[in-house]
Amino acid sequence: MTTAEKYVTAAYCVVFALVLLYVVIIALKLQRLEREVDELAERRETEAEDEREPVEVG
Amino acid sequence: MSPARHNSGLMARIPLPALATATLALVTTALCFVFFVAPNDADQGFSQRIFYFHVSIAFTAYACFIGGAWKALRYLWKRDPSADLESYVGVHQGVIFGSLVLLTGSIWAKISWGHWWLWSENQLVLFLVLFLFYCAYFMLRYSLDDGPQRANLCAVYALFGVVLIPVSFLAIRLAQRFIHPVVFTSHGPNFHGWILVTYCISQAAMFVLAYTLYRVELAGKRLDRRLRDLRRAYA
Repeated sequence: MTTAEKYVTAAYCVVFALVLLYVVIIALKLQRLEREVDELAERRETEAEDEREPVEVG
Repeated sequence: MSPARHNSGLMARIPLPALATATLALVTTALCFVFFVAPNDADQGFSQRIFYFHVSIAFTAYACFIGGAWKALRYLWKRDPSADLESYVGVHQGVIFGSLVLLTGSIWAKISWGHWWLWSENQLVLFLVLFLFYCAYFMLRYSLDDGPQRANLCAVYALFGVVLIPVSFLAIRLAQRFIHPVVFTSHGPNFHGWILVTYCISQAAMFVLAYTLYRVELAGKRLDRRLRDLRRAYA
């Protein structure tokens, strides 16, 4: 591999690495958002159960 | 803000999976053209191949900053809160692509000129000034509380920055002494044949890549905002 080839490869690898890093960061953020949505949904379910009034039977 | 309102633009109606597929196809095609189709430059040889992504990324960064400024103007004009978020994401994309321009440019400069950076080059220094100006945008944005005041200040700042783009672009053409190559003159591009075809494919690939990343980030930011509103409503 010549010096020019090494530098060109490095330049393209830098582009690839930075875009990949960005995608990983966005993916981690979306994971966090998904977790928060789950938490909210769980909280809503718990609150709905607590709010349910007891019904007399018979 | 209803979700339907976000998808009012023609471009915004393209589904994200389709955009991601188009990006992958275009970037792969561009790389194939760069390494297997484009001929070696008579002057610079193999190292000239950095040009295809370096210049494409530079124009994409300019486009992102202009897009961010356009959304900022739209915010100031129409007072549309979603335009503030779109402006922020546009500027963010511009900074990401701007850092790529500086990195690939430095590598190319090292092969061609023997230096990583030359302070005597107006084009380089002005691009760095533009990049740092937009980096400071985030310092401003995160130093203020969320609300109309922050949106107003950020919109004005993003609009001011756009003035630097023509200065940065024209600096090389106005300079008396330079070593940075001029690829676009008033008579059109300074190259033709397979070099021009490869450049056009690379440019299209970078534009589509930037737009896909913009859409992904914007979707995340909108979800984040809605979640925050929901949490506030529950509290």
